[in-house]
Amino acid sequence: MSTPGSVKGASGTNNNEGGKGKMGGKKELKRTSKFTEVQEALGKDGAAIFVDKKGTQNLYIDYPYHVNYIHSYAQDSPFFLGLAEGRLRGTRCEGCKYTYATPRTYCQFCGGEAKWVDLPLVGKVHSWTTCHYGSEAFLKETPYNLVIVEFEGANSVLLSRLKGCTEQDIYVGMPLVAKFAAEPKYLITDVWFEPAPGAVKK
Amino acid sequence: MAQGSSKAGAKSRERDVFSGTPTPSSTKRTGRRVYMVAGGVTKFAKAHPDMDFRLMCKKAFDKARSEVPNLRMDDIDGTRISYFSDHFSRQLKAASMVQDFLGLNPRGSVRIEWGGATGGECFQAAWEAIASGRMDTCLAVGYETMSRVQTWKGNEFIALASDVNFDFPLGGFYTGYYALMVTRHIYEYVRKTKFANIKDEREAQRKATEYASRVMAMVSVKNHRNALHNPYAQYPKDLTLDAVLKSEMVSYPITREDICTMSDGAAATILCTEEKAKEFTDNPILVKGVGCGTDTMRLADRPFGKVLLMPHEKASDYANLEYPGVHSFRAGRAASIEAYRHAGIENPNKELSFVELHDAYASSEIQTYEDMGLCRYGEGYSFVEQGDPFLKGVDYGFPVPKAGTTPVNPSGGLIACGHPVGATGLMQAVLAYWQLQHTIGKNFGSEKLQIPNAKRGAIHSHAGTGSSVTVSILERVRP
Ligand SMILES: [Zn+2]
Repeated sequence: MSTPGSVKGASGTNNNEGGKGKMGGKKELKRTSKFTEVQEALGKDGAAIFVDKKGTQNLYIDYPYHVNYIHSYAQDSPFFLGLAEGRLRGTRCEGCKYTYATPRTYCQFCGGEAKWVDLPLVGKVHSWTTCHYGSEAFLKETPYNLVIVEFEGANSVLLSRLKGCTEQDIYVGMPLVAKFAAEPKYLITDVWFEPAPGAVKK
Repeated sequence: MAQGSSKAGAKSRERDVFSGTPTPSSTKRTGRRVYMVAGGVTKFAKAHPDMDFRLMCKKAFDKARSEVPNLRMDDIDGTRISYFSDHFSRQLKAASMVQDFLGLNPRGSVRIEWGGATGGECFQAAWEAIASGRMDTCLAVGYETMSRVQTWKGNEFIALASDVNFDFPLGGFYTGYYALMVTRHIYEYVRKTKFANIKDEREAQRKATEYASRVMAMVSVKNHRNALHNPYAQYPKDLTLDAVLKSEMVSYPITREDICTMSDGAAATILCTEEKAKEFTDNPILVKGVGCGTDTMRLADRPFGKVLLMPHEKASDYANLEYPGVHSFRAGRAASIEAYRHAGIENPNKELSFVELHDAYASSEIQTYEDMGLCRYGEGYSFVEQGDPFLKGVDYGFPVPKAGTTPVNPSGGLIACGHPVGATGLMQAVLAYWQLQHTIGKNFGSEKLQIPNAKRGAIHSHAGTGSSVTVSILERVRP
């Protein structure tokens, strides 16, 4: 975490103690009635003044925040380790005869422990979309396709990325094959789906 | 089995247990009757540079108090305070600062967070405080200050309310999740019916989506145009169908104008007992029913089971439907069933004067009509085309033959009012309260949105991809 108010030019010497008007060594803050200009000025100067309709000054500062989490996959770990081996692992509750394509280590119906099982590496589109925007972390990847995949023999489904085709090609029911990253990043994106050979109309 | 439906359905029919069993017993309702006696909102805006979250809550609270001059600060026994994300204000324990700023220490208070349903949950928490006998008068106040981060960062914060192991890293984006849900909804209810005779699967699905997109656009036009007469709304717009359909595609098939925006805003409601209500006002509104439902955090975990039925529905209506799947909101259904049972409502479309529901997307408004039983599953699109959810007397630019049957989001909903998450569900309560008091004219400066003789309304607050939903029923007391 970093501290707030990293106002560039705000620290350092100030020879104009107690004086008003021009502050020695200090940069004049941007004053604006446009909110977008406040945002731009914060990026440059670390602070800005929004002047509202009544003429009141509202002081804004840039306030950064960054954390590296020590994130454990814990009981979900076998799924992510499986992706690194090119395996797609779900779970199954024998009591309920229910197979989870997105693994749940305990059954949502009976509460019993579910066992790890391998899923087929082929499936079908249950639903899909093409994202032309995304949240900040994924904006640079747009457009990308999201897909919900259904598998023969599984009761629930799996959310994934769909590559190797565009918005015009995709339809509910389209046959898919699973693909795995050669270099695992240990993220859900280590697996994705592509249309089965011949599924995309030429 | 229909194409695109896997073994999922076949297997799940082996056991009914997969549809879940929310069967709240009516005998649980032994609490005291609870009344809403005041409400206040700030204008929802992209940003309120001159107000932090504390001052916004204060303004909403003071507006509520101005409606009940007989209510003194001493009458308030405690509070329930709601905001969704600590990320937006970068201040943990912000609810304590609201309590402090309002001058309500040392009374009891608790912060409520329940995703997008935070405001609705806060309202029900205040209801519980009164119904249980713990308090006689309780303030429920909520806010969100979403302008404090850039828009796409804000989208990321919201997307962190999806499973960070399995969902978020794929492109964590709520519009994407809702697009996945409506694509399947269109497949189930439009492709399989209206376009059943088209052989080519791609072509049939594209035609079905074109049809559904136009209906979604009708919902967007409705909410934006209703909001033209609501001075608290953030984005009132004189939209046309064409303008919605031609607006930027955000996540196929959801366009920019089908989506609510991020907002700053606060809302406050004051709830109390019958005895206290008589002291404060001659026009109280009874909170006649409350309901809450939940579903799996991950869309992918939703079962393919049987529909939770309402009294006016039969199992045979949905013989071939796998429910909820990813196309319907079982939590909304469960919340509605509980609230209707509590309020003694058997046929919501006949018994509700209006509904304020959580239209974060035009698509989810259509899905929610079905979950709330305003029409049957599969009838959401024709419900719009027939005009049922439109207001009489507002010009939408296309015919709405059955306008006024059950107006939905007469205020403009989230799409046009804005969605400062922790305030949204409480805003719905305030707008419903004014509707039922018949004081829209006084509060909006125009009678245009006042539903004549409004007697009973429902408010619906919805979180995540439908992982938690609240429904509350409000009823006019005065003849
Ligand atoms: Zn089980």
